[in-house]
Amino acid sequence: MDLSYVLQLTISGFLMGGVYSLIALGLSLIFGVMKVINFAHGAMLVWGMYFSYTILKVTGLDPFFSFFVSAAGLFVMGYVIQRTVVNRIMPFHEAMQVIAMVGTMMVLENLAQLIWGPDPQSPQTKYSLSTLWLGKVMIDLPRLFAFLIAILIAALVFVFLKYTDLGKSIRASADNRTGALLVGTDVNKVYAVCFGVGAACVGAAGSLLVPLIPISPHTGFPFKLTSFCIVILGGMGSLPGAMIGGLIIGVAESLGTIFIPSSLKQVISFSIMILILLLRPQGLFGGKG
Amino acid sequence: MKRIYFLLGFLLLILLLLPVFVSDYILGVFVLIFFYAYLGQCWNVLTGYAGPISLGHSLYVGIGAYISTKLAMDFGLSPWIGMWIGALGATLIGLAVGFLGFRFGLKGIYFVLLTIAFAEIGRLIALHLKPLGHMMGLFIDFKPGWVNFHFKGNLPYYYIGLGYVVFSLIVVRAIEASKWGRYFVALREDEDAAESIGINAFKYKMIAIGISSFLAALGGTFYANYIFYLHPTSVMSMWVSIEIIMRPIIGGLGTPFGPLIGSLLLTPLSEIARSYFTKAGLEGIHVVIYGFLLVAAVLFFPGGIFSYIKKILKPLLGSSKEI
Repeated sequence: MDLSYVLQLTISGFLMGGVYSLIALGLSLIFGVMKVINFAHGAMLVWGMYFSYTILKVTGLDPFFSFFVSAAGLFVMGYVIQRTVVNRIMPFHEAMQVIAMVGTMMVLENLAQLIWGPDPQSPQTKYSLSTLWLGKVMIDLPRLFAFLIAILIAALVFVFLKYTDLGKSIRASADNRTGALLVGTDVNKVYAVCFGVGAACVGAAGSLLVPLIPISPHTGFPFKLTSFCIVILGGMGSLPGAMIGGLIIGVAESLGTIFIPSSLKQVISFSIMILILLLRPQGLFGGKG
Repeated sequence: MKRIYFLLGFLLLILLLLPVFVSDYILGVFVLIFFYAYLGQCWNVLTGYAGPISLGHSLYVGIGAYISTKLAMDFGLSPWIGMWIGALGATLIGLAVGFLGFRFGLKGIYFVLLTIAFAEIGRLIALHLKPLGHMMGLFIDFKPGWVNFHFKGNLPYYYIGLGYVVFSLIVVRAIEASKWGRYFVALREDEDAAESIGINAFKYKMIAIGISSFLAALGGTFYANYIFYLHPTSVMSMWVSIEIIMRPIIGGLGTPFGPLIGSLLLTPLSEIARSYFTKAGLEGIHVVIYGFLLVAAVLFFPGGIFSYIKKILKPLLGSSKEI
């Protein structure tokens, strides 16, 4: 086997992994704070994609610059969904939560289909096919940009959580809801902001994917399942875990295509997820069980 | 106690006579109602009674459907026999999933993700197996006759589907009234407390998933011989699992009639909305409405519709505690 081919796959998987990380970061943040699995995560990704797609079509502005519009749009969407649905289902049985989130996902996904139509779109950007050669290894420029921006956004989210008052309230409410309430935190508002931030992450990730993959209303589904795997691998609610898990899964799926057809690559993520669930259910970076 | 059986007998009589009065299209809707009520009931045995939440029941449906269909196509074995072999195959897989999940103590959302992972792996592998038609799917030749489980029109499927539902109701009622059923509920409510009084949690959860996957696979054979086409995406995807769990949750989790009531409400709604809006050229909007209704149902009837119906029927049933 050619070594440069392996290196090639590793790099392209690693770069894709950066976007996976950002998607999983949103999911993990939401789960860590609210203990609700966001089954609408994939649908939110699709909305992020379509926001940037529309901006590209109307104004010609590149998705790599319009991602903050998607993030802002998704923040509002997430905030509203948290206030209307998620906040009410938090005390319910997990199966009920799943159904409510799946209902939300159906609404979002099919609204997107009504607005933008069912056909896949692949908008062309100026650098769509431009590449960078490092010796024998080819690097896809759109992927590289997507990776860099994804990491930048993730870093911003970390800074937000670590150093701002609101971020500290989010972490406090995740740690101990009652305690946060006692010291006067408006927990409901904090939860809504947190869901909004999680949705903004996935919305921005959607924008970054626009130059990379065709957009259709149902594109989000496999990404959602992959981000479940990442979150389990990194540890539910662990944000560094989501970042590193995303990179690992990205590389693993990419390298897996050496041995199995690429349509089977998700089997690798699911196998990793099963192994982690059985052997280390708290994930690589999760502290508690 | 007697009154509830009288009421159920009356309901069954109506359903038995219904085909005389309605069109073939309505019968087709009822076939789907029965199909999803049945699968919901299978899932209910595991999640509703014993507690572990599975979001991978499509795996068992798919295994049942594929095994009985392949046996019929390649060896000419009647699906009426093949369905039991398929059910045993699905039970083996179900027990394997259960063994891993319960032995390693996965609870709540972790078990959900385990079942999703297994179901998706099963779907992806099925998608790449040549004998299962590869990406094209498996077309089943139409050979009418009782032995082949193939019929023209919806009428025979209506009665078979009704049979499935009655069968599942009897099984679930028998489980509920037995020692197993009480153990299941004890485990669901508080596993530690149940274990402390000597209930073997692992054993009874295994029994629950075994029964549940066995029954679900029997439903798969019905699906294969009603649709005449099998594709991993249509029979084993997560959507199938979601469809399966919706009805019992909306109807009432852990109650024998929840899945049937949920299916009676949701299935016609989805069918009518689908045909109405597709005709109007607004494909997709029925799913939006359906999604809104699901969210609303969870928000406003968190205990399931059945508990409300029970309240309404109370004067009719007297102080019966049997349902």
